[in-house]
Amino acid sequence: MLKPRRAAAATTRLRFRTVLIGLLILTVAAGFALVAGTGELGWQRVLAEIGAQLTGGTSPLSEREAAIVWELRAPRVVLAGLVGAALAGAGAAFQGVFRNPLADPYLLGAAAGAGMAATIVVVLTPAVTTWFIGPLPLAAFAGALGGVGLSYLLGRSAGGKGTATLLLAGVAVTAFLTAIQTFVQQLNTDTIKQVYTWTLGGLNVTSWREVWVALPYVVLAAVVLCACARLLDVLSLGDAEAASLGISPGKVRVVILATASLATAAAVAVSGLIGFVGIVVPHIVRLLAGASYRVIVPMSLVGGATFLILADYVARTALPGELPIGVVTAFAGAPFFALVLRTGKGRSL
Amino acid sequence: MSRLRIPLLLLPLFAVLALTGCADREPEGETASSAQGQFPVELHPEGGKAVTIEQRPERIVSLSPSTTETLFAVGAGDQVVAVDSFSNYPEDAPTTSLSGINADPQAIASHNPDLVIVESDLDDKLGDALAKTGTQTLVLSAPSTLEQAYEQFRLVGKATGHADEGADLATRTKEEIDKLAADAPETSGSLTYYHELDPTFYSVTSATFIGQIYDLFGLTNIADQDDPNALGGYPQLSAAHVVQSNPDLIFLADTNCCGQNADTVAARPGWDTITAVKENRVHAMDDDIASRWSPRIVDLVRTVSDAVAAAGR
Repeated sequence: MLKPRRAAAATTRLRFRTVLIGLLILTVAAGFALVAGTGELGWQRVLAEIGAQLTGGTSPLSEREAAIVWELRAPRVVLAGLVGAALAGAGAAFQGVFRNPLADPYLLGAAAGAGMAATIVVVLTPAVTTWFIGPLPLAAFAGALGGVGLSYLLGRSAGGKGTATLLLAGVAVTAFLTAIQTFVQQLNTDTIKQVYTWTLGGLNVTSWREVWVALPYVVLAAVVLCACARLLDVLSLGDAEAASLGISPGKVRVVILATASLATAAAVAVSGLIGFVGIVVPHIVRLLAGASYRVIVPMSLVGGATFLILADYVARTALPGELPIGVVTAFAGAPFFALVLRTGKGRSL
Repeated sequence: MSRLRIPLLLLPLFAVLALTGCADREPEGETASSAQGQFPVELHPEGGKAVTIEQRPERIVSLSPSTTETLFAVGAGDQVVAVDSFSNYPEDAPTTSLSGINADPQAIASHNPDLVIVESDLDDKLGDALAKTGTQTLVLSAPSTLEQAYEQFRLVGKATGHADEGADLATRTKEEIDKLAADAPETSGSLTYYHELDPTFYSVTSATFIGQIYDLFGLTNIADQDDPNALGGYPQLSAAHVVQSNPDLIFLADTNCCGQNADTVAARPGWDTITAVKENRVHAMDDDIASRWSPRIVDLVRTVSDAVAAAGR
């Protein structure tokens, strides 16, 4: 048996190694997605272009082909990583806060709020396009935060202290906001298609602008959530135990909820609604890498980024046209999830 | 699904209500028997059920924008009492809140029509319901070729007592379009194009009705890729694919809906490297004209013709 301090040091080393391996896989996935995209650019020529950019040599790519790599493909890969990290990290945080493995960024009214706000904006200003940072992403952002805030206020005013009350409030808020969205859509059938495309989620209309919009929120959320991971571990012991350790469970919940909601809102604003990532990635991480949030949170961020980069690669290459990315995340995530459960590691759930 | 099912279950009720409402109304057809020997007329629409119309319809409801435009073009405009919410042309069309996609027989019957023209009627549900109110339903499904579109002009003419005007419209439209295609410069064979339906890069392949119009000019569609029939002819492309394909011509059918124009296209990242953008060959079209098989299709063909002529220079 190791002495406690040496054991802790060994755990920390293990944790760092796990995250390091995760980052390595992420880098490989991102590189692959950048080099092996659609179109017949040829991966050797893209590699040569990247080499030329790094060393200042001459590239075999034409101006147009270089624009495809740097203006279209690269931001898409980066944004997929940011959105995946935001959704999976927020999912891990929600699951920790509610001590409920089924909690998900979308369960608390974030998606419904974003969808409703986006619908209203599309209806009011039909000439607004969905592909620059105009009123639509801003409305989605505000709507996502509003939906979560409403759920939180309703859950609190309902008086229940447990997390179940909050989740139920989220369900009620989601149902109500979705009803408003459907009602507005029925009144304005000619804009349904625009809203529909947006609700399927997707990164096909991506530029560096979206990346710069999402980046600060996702980075901020990642830092805060990693810093709070230890508090999530304490919360998982129960509110009384947390209080006895000198931690106010209520305050911790508010901080983590707000952070995770912000990350979700940023992701929703730039990519539309991409389901499944927030619930499945933290689960897979938990099954593979243990139950401590000090591993689950950073690994969910890294794993979510990797997962969505690969899912987006499939979305843009599997068919002659684009495949909605939500379809890919469900197709790829669900069977893998089932497989991991079956290997027997699911007993820890 | 559930949203759809409840109204369908209520159909018999609506029909009964509409029927009782009709009982003490004077028969509309009596005054219309002046149509000289053209009726009864038997119609065989492509992909729809054969219909026999006994008398000249005096109160027509149109539930498709394309049909509405055709009705007015053949001179049956003053017989039209109501059109669906998408029918916005011509200006004096009596636009209502009726929906052609989720048609409500009760709302339609309240306009007291004797003929309803609709684009699709799954399992004849609408037709059966309206039949109980003494209204005939004519299903004119979307044509897949220009010939079928011309045939619909003739059919709408026959159905409304304007057989000669319908036939004349079909002939004139065909001649104009054929002439535009014939006058196009020979160089068009090597030109590629991208037809944009919305700013998320939904497009059409050459296997669609719209795609066939570009085919008249021998243009090559960048959305075809290996199989024009893939994804029902309406694939969503990636920006990378469009830029990589480097089309010579870009046609925007998302100007009204989504505010797109040559400037917004040029401002998209990487798109300034596309030949069509560099050579000012981004053509804004009226969304409505570019998505209907109405007589205004000539305007669409003219836009394409002008674009090809300009590119050929």
